[in-house]
Amino acid sequence: MTLSILDWTLMLVYFAFVLGIGFTLKRHTKTSADFFQAGRALPAWVCGLAFLSANLGAQEIIGMAASGAKYGIATSHFYWVGAIPAMVFLGIFMMPFYYGSRARSVPEYLRLRFDEKTRAFNAVSFALMTVFSSGISMYAMAKLLQLLHILDAPFKALGWDPSYIFHTCIAVSALVVLAYILFGGLSSAIYNEVLQFFLIVAGFLPLVYLGLRDVGGWSGLTRDLPVTLTHAWRGFGDPGTNAMGVEVFGLGMGLAFVLSFGYWCTDFLVVQRAMAADSMAAARRTPLIAAFPKMLFPFLVVLPGLIALSARPMAGGEVTPIVSSAAALPAQGLIPYKVAESTGQVVRDNDGRPVRDYDLAVPVLLLRYFPTGMLGLGLTALLASFMSGMAGNVTAFNTVWTYDIYQAYVRPTASDAHYLWVGRMATVFGIAASVATAYVAAQFNNIMDVLQLVFAFVNAPLLATFLLGMFWKRATGHGAFAGLLSGTAAAALHHGLTIPIGAAAGVKGGWIAMLHRYPSEMAQNFWTAIYAFSACFAVTVAVSLVTRPRDERELVGLVHSLTDKPRDERMAWYLRPVTLATIVLAATVLLNVVFF
Amino acid sequence: MPLDIRLPIGAMLGLMGLLLAGYGLLGDQAIYARSLGLNVNLIWGSVLVIAGAILLVLGSRRNRGGGATDRG
Repeated sequence: MTLSILDWTLMLVYFAFVLGIGFTLKRHTKTSADFFQAGRALPAWVCGLAFLSANLGAQEIIGMAASGAKYGIATSHFYWVGAIPAMVFLGIFMMPFYYGSRARSVPEYLRLRFDEKTRAFNAVSFALMTVFSSGISMYAMAKLLQLLHILDAPFKALGWDPSYIFHTCIAVSALVVLAYILFGGLSSAIYNEVLQFFLIVAGFLPLVYLGLRDVGGWSGLTRDLPVTLTHAWRGFGDPGTNAMGVEVFGLGMGLAFVLSFGYWCTDFLVVQRAMAADSMAAARRTPLIAAFPKMLFPFLVVLPGLIALSARPMAGGEVTPIVSSAAALPAQGLIPYKVAESTGQVVRDNDGRPVRDYDLAVPVLLLRYFPTGMLGLGLTALLASFMSGMAGNVTAFNTVWTYDIYQAYVRPTASDAHYLWVGRMATVFGIAASVATAYVAAQFNNIMDVLQLVFAFVNAPLLATFLLGMFWKRATGHGAFAGLLSGTAAAALHHGLTIPIGAAAGVKGGWIAMLHRYPSEMAQNFWTAIYAFSACFAVTVAVSLVTRPRDERELVGLVHSLTDKPRDERMAWYLRPVTLATIVLAATVLLNVVFF
Repeated sequence: MPLDIRLPIGAMLGLMGLLLAGYGLLGDQAIYARSLGLNVNLIWGSVLVIAGAILLVLGSRRNRGGGATDRG
């Protein structure tokens, strides 16, 4: 793909504004609270959009469109079932404890509520995970830019060796993210996430419009595509009759409860955005404000997958400029087949059907419908979401590293200026470690899969710990720690004993024995989470009951029954969290009915 | 808020919109066969200019007025 000067100019405008925002914020970043907590001075709508965008990395956008093509509109469950209820719960019930306690991070809340070892366990695993995610994001971006051949022409013009394209992408993204976080810390990251939100909407709304118009609207899609792809709940009574291979209980308990609440309510990456709000009321509104656009995002990110399945190539135009081999051209739609690099043959599944390269749904759609100009805008939106996905992880990392590891265990009493300096150093270190991760990912795909699995095990039980911590005053530190360890062990054990149908024993499961086969990897994931949660819950309760409880006076502000309820009566009705929650939940139910 | 975020976002969208709309007006019209015959650069560029202008107005009004906060 060759870009015009206009496309490049649009990208440069974006980079100039990103760095400009960072530079402007530099003057306002004087204390560690400015750097790590954005001075707790941001209005709710800014935090809300950042809360939404922090999770909306480019992998999410590309991945959701890929799932849209694979599983259809049911992919929206990840938003309607797997996000909205949890975001509402966070805003209404959990935010008062995060914001109201003196905690500056999620691990720090665990120390206040439980003890040091619980905090340390969470802080270390979280810090490792953020660096890992940001590295993966960096790798994915470099890989995509390489695949789209965007930089081939400029490299040729400059006489540079095209084999350096991958390194250049990594270096440039690392330096830009480094610069704007060093300058402005969390404020910088949040501002750029808001910027990214506007860019995503600006880039994807016209894409969905053109695509839908071309395929004959929603009715055109329902005519062209199988009925299971255009109905959100068709076939979910039995795992055998829907493409995801899950049934309603697994979906409701695994995705809607354990995985979704576990992520949205305990992951410091998103919670940090709400904790930067300028008041308790604004902090509680943050996830609720985010829930409104979140509810509508399937139309921007899932729908492109369906459109790419149904759309036709341009008459007389090139079909899919991305694929090099004619074998990859699809029989229907725009998404090319996967071609094995070694043989040049199309990859086929167990039933002999060719496998599509679903991750290309968004890129092929951009190329199909966007002329020069809009193409630059669309690519800039993708680029922005890669960068802010990285930045979100890096800011969460430097906070947890500085407050929960360095200040906790290395130097507890130093000046504020020292911690600010440590935070900046942690940023440099975090980005360097992400770059290293990106190269490891490029070399050894398997290591990455294993690491991802380990993090999934560690995360799976967290929700039980937080729920018991916030809503049961009897829960103790020993209980929480024992619960976390057993939950992680239960997740690993369940994964080791089960396997999705069609997979080989190893990183997909079954590495201990094969006791059960799940119809899909997704079903296995949901059930791993359910077992981990249950084990953590049971062990935390059991151990808590036999260990000494904490003095209730120490738990004020940390536990629901011992804390005054936030008073919303004096707020205008449309600012009250309960009103916003009711509206967003009702609208979500309505969407499910419409797309039933 | 140390810097009203609406100002840089408004400026960026406005600038991008101007570039797109300008190209849509002056550039080659044949490229729009791809976008179903619609001059998307001109149309969407104009939308972005308007959106950018609205953000700029909102951002600067609040800064000058100082009082009209959306804090709750």
